[in-house]
Amino acid sequence: MSQTPAPTGIAMPDHTRPEHAPTPGAVHHRGEHREGTVVFDVEDLAVYYGDFRAVRDVRVQVRQNEVTAFIGPSGCGKTTVLRCFNRMNDLIEIARVEGKLSYHGVDLYDPDVNPVEVRRRIGMVFQKPNPFPKSIYDNVAYGPRTSGLAKKGSGLDDIVEQSLRRAALWDEVKDRLKASGMGLSGGQQQRLCIARALATDPEVVLMDEPCSALDPIATGRIEDLMEEIKEQYTIVIVTHNMQQAARVSDRCAFFTTEVNEESDTRTGLLVEFDATETMFSNPSDERTENYVTGRFG
Amino acid sequence: MTLIPADITRDVIEAKLRGRKADVAGAAFRYLLLACLGLVLAALTTLLWNVSSVGVPYLGERGLLDFLSRYGSSQADIAGVYQALTGTIQMGIIIIVVAFPLGVATAVYMEEYARDGLFTRIVGLVIRNLAGVPAIVYGLLGAALFARGGLEGLTGTESLLSAGLTLSVLVLPIVVITSAEALRSVPASLREGGFGAGATRWEVIRTLVLPNAFPAILTGTILSLARGLGEAAPLLLIGAKDFFSGGEFGDLQGNFTSLPYLIARWAKLPSSQGWPDNTQAAIVVTLVVILGINAVGIFLRNHYEKRTR
Amino acid sequence: MARDRPHPLLIDPEARMTAIPPKPHVTLDDLSRRDGRTAVDRVVSRLLAAAGFLAIVVSLMIVWTLTRDAVAFLGDVDLSLLWGDVWSPRSGRYGIRAPLTGTLWVTLVGTLIAGPVGLGAAVYLAEYATPRVRRLVKPVIEVLASIPSVVVGVFAFRFIAPQITQRLFTDSPTLNLMVAGIGVGLLSIPLMASVSEDALRAVPSPLREASYGIGARKITTVTRVVVPAAVSGLVAALILTISRAVGETMVVFLAAGGSPTASSTPLASGITVTSAMTGVLSGSDQQVGGTPYQSVFFLGLVLFFMTLFLNLVADRFVRRVRQTY
Repeated sequence: MSQTPAPTGIAMPDHTRPEHAPTPGAVHHRGEHREGTVVFDVEDLAVYYGDFRAVRDVRVQVRQNEVTAFIGPSGCGKTTVLRCFNRMNDLIEIARVEGKLSYHGVDLYDPDVNPVEVRRRIGMVFQKPNPFPKSIYDNVAYGPRTSGLAKKGSGLDDIVEQSLRRAALWDEVKDRLKASGMGLSGGQQQRLCIARALATDPEVVLMDEPCSALDPIATGRIEDLMEEIKEQYTIVIVTHNMQQAARVSDRCAFFTTEVNEESDTRTGLLVEFDATETMFSNPSDERTENYVTGRFG
Repeated sequence: MTLIPADITRDVIEAKLRGRKADVAGAAFRYLLLACLGLVLAALTTLLWNVSSVGVPYLGERGLLDFLSRYGSSQADIAGVYQALTGTIQMGIIIIVVAFPLGVATAVYMEEYARDGLFTRIVGLVIRNLAGVPAIVYGLLGAALFARGGLEGLTGTESLLSAGLTLSVLVLPIVVITSAEALRSVPASLREGGFGAGATRWEVIRTLVLPNAFPAILTGTILSLARGLGEAAPLLLIGAKDFFSGGEFGDLQGNFTSLPYLIARWAKLPSSQGWPDNTQAAIVVTLVVILGINAVGIFLRNHYEKRTR
Repeated sequence: MARDRPHPLLIDPEARMTAIPPKPHVTLDDLSRRDGRTAVDRVVSRLLAAAGFLAIVVSLMIVWTLTRDAVAFLGDVDLSLLWGDVWSPRSGRYGIRAPLTGTLWVTLVGTLIAGPVGLGAAVYLAEYATPRVRRLVKPVIEVLASIPSVVVGVFAFRFIAPQITQRLFTDSPTLNLMVAGIGVGLLSIPLMASVSEDALRAVPSPLREASYGIGARKITTVTRVVVPAAVSGLVAALILTISRAVGETMVVFLAAGGSPTASSTPLASGITVTSAMTGVLSGSDQQVGGTPYQSVFFLGLVLFFMTLFLNLVADRFVRRVRQTY
């Protein structure tokens, strides 16, 4: 419980000052070196699948109302780490987590912690858009309904509408809320999935390569969306696209892989974690520099 | 040997490309395969014709309703399939009530809840192999467990309930296997979406997995129902009767018979007293029932396949 | 569900901008919250586990009931007479060779019919037939698969015996093991055809394209490339067909004649393991307990292990197919 209330007090006025509201850019922390509250504190994290160590030595602080990006070549364990943040790795029987992963100072892997509650508070958007084979309305209403956040009626209608508005999808679908979510285009489907994640009133949104299956225009819309919603949420995004990381993130974690000689397997590890600007302009590790300048990966 | 023959000229190449050298072996092979398929079709046609050419006119002559509403008898001209029809329908209901929930629940547990370990693998192996055990062996289980000992206080000896439960045990492995396959074909991304939205495992299963797998589960269970109701062998061992009083709807502890069993009995009766006609008529009724159930299953599957494409 | 603040999306936009953002204070208690939903999940998982357990128990009872009475039977009979060639429980003769040879003949005839015909149909459907033909023919084979065996038994008894076998083998009795074998073969064709077709379709098409690419004809591609590549699955199909033939009861019950003596030719009346089981327990003079009753369970156990062995072997081959592709 190493929570420090002081930064909260500093960060809060940004939101309460009305003059900042019309210009979202003003609340950017980039370059201001303002330290928000630490949401996730990761210390010496390692994930194993059975005996195989998939990723090791992860040290990351995810701060509130920021976009934190995980970048690195494929197989470096960035998705694996992301899926620890809402205990999705629990669904893989042989997965095992070592090290410290705290959420607002609470150990996420404490035996008492209920993963279902964690996942409601920490939403997730997946690599491939995965809308449910239900209506657009029912897709968004899924979380509030199952968690009892809202029963039928206008309350739920409002949540659905506001979630779709936040996900910048409302205008496109407001006349066909009863149509199947599967009938939307890929980019719309992904925004529907974002709306679905926002509808459960999460504090954090995890995004696992949310644009890898989308065309550049749809990707642009999702990126704009991230800029907008980070005022209210904390975002962690996994991406293999460095430009994307540079565009959207405030902080960046660079992962790479090492080959285990004796077993011919690959283990991912964290190389560097810093403000995005620093990472791309003045990385302290040579491997990071090679990667961000395109010499490797 | 040279790779390019010396006599290769434009004419030769043109002739080779255009020329269709008669592929005798290929054609013969193709016709041989076609003959296999033709043999299957011919056998099926002969069977259906053989049955219906006698059974259908007989039913017309005697009246379908008369044949369906008469009880078993020692005289062919007044023997009907009423008890067999009610027996088959009621066994079907018992299978639906007992085997389907139990089988689907087992499949859901195995696929969605159980951790992959030695126990799960053994259970899978047991169920896969039980699906291949001959039907008549299930008759022995029925005899030892329900009809002639063990649970007879509950089920009654040689009763309709014994028969229904025996057939339920027979179809259980098939229901488990087809349901498990249906659950396995549900994409993992759907489950992830549900868990990611903060649903519990049961909520994910109830709201996402089961609705998605439902058509395939339904098809599998319907086909297994037809399979179970078509079996006569197990009933031979647990005291089915061809000629008795009773057999009304709801008499679960009473004597029983079924359409396939009655066919087997009637077929063995002397051919001089009109039994062959009765037998063929009973087969027509049975085929309508069994193939009807199958047709529903196959229709649902095709409907579902079309929708997912 | 108690919440200390309204859903942020429900605060009207004007107010939202000025509302105090949630204080990010999370305790272990918050994350450990378990409501009725968690309890429901646990109860359901227990119920499903109980269902699974019941299914297993019932299934294992088969083995137990068979073994119990089969062991009692083996304790009662003179084991030296077990290898005799007459099986007649009512006269106290338990010669296992009679049902075994009968099963052997029926299975042999049945497999010789269902194997090649089913394979041929499968190769045609998988490699030659146009999608339209396949769409028309597949349901027909499915119809054949769903015809109850007792119906095929009556067909063998009323049609195959007088119209086919009597004309070919005039000296033999009307009902014999050959008639039953033909019926069993007819019944097993759909199984052979569908499992073989699945095996052939599992062969990846690049393999076929590679063969055509070097100028091979269709027949060469099919017989030299596709069928060898699918051989594990085809063997599995054949074994499953054999297993099916071994376990078939009603066709034999109706068409094999029923003579209790072992025969050296399929053209004789005979019994099989399955039809011998129907002798004691069916009919009106059923006796519970006693050696004749227990002999049925002994035959059942023999049958169980025969089919179990065949199925395990087939499973092995099927698994090999899965590993290859």
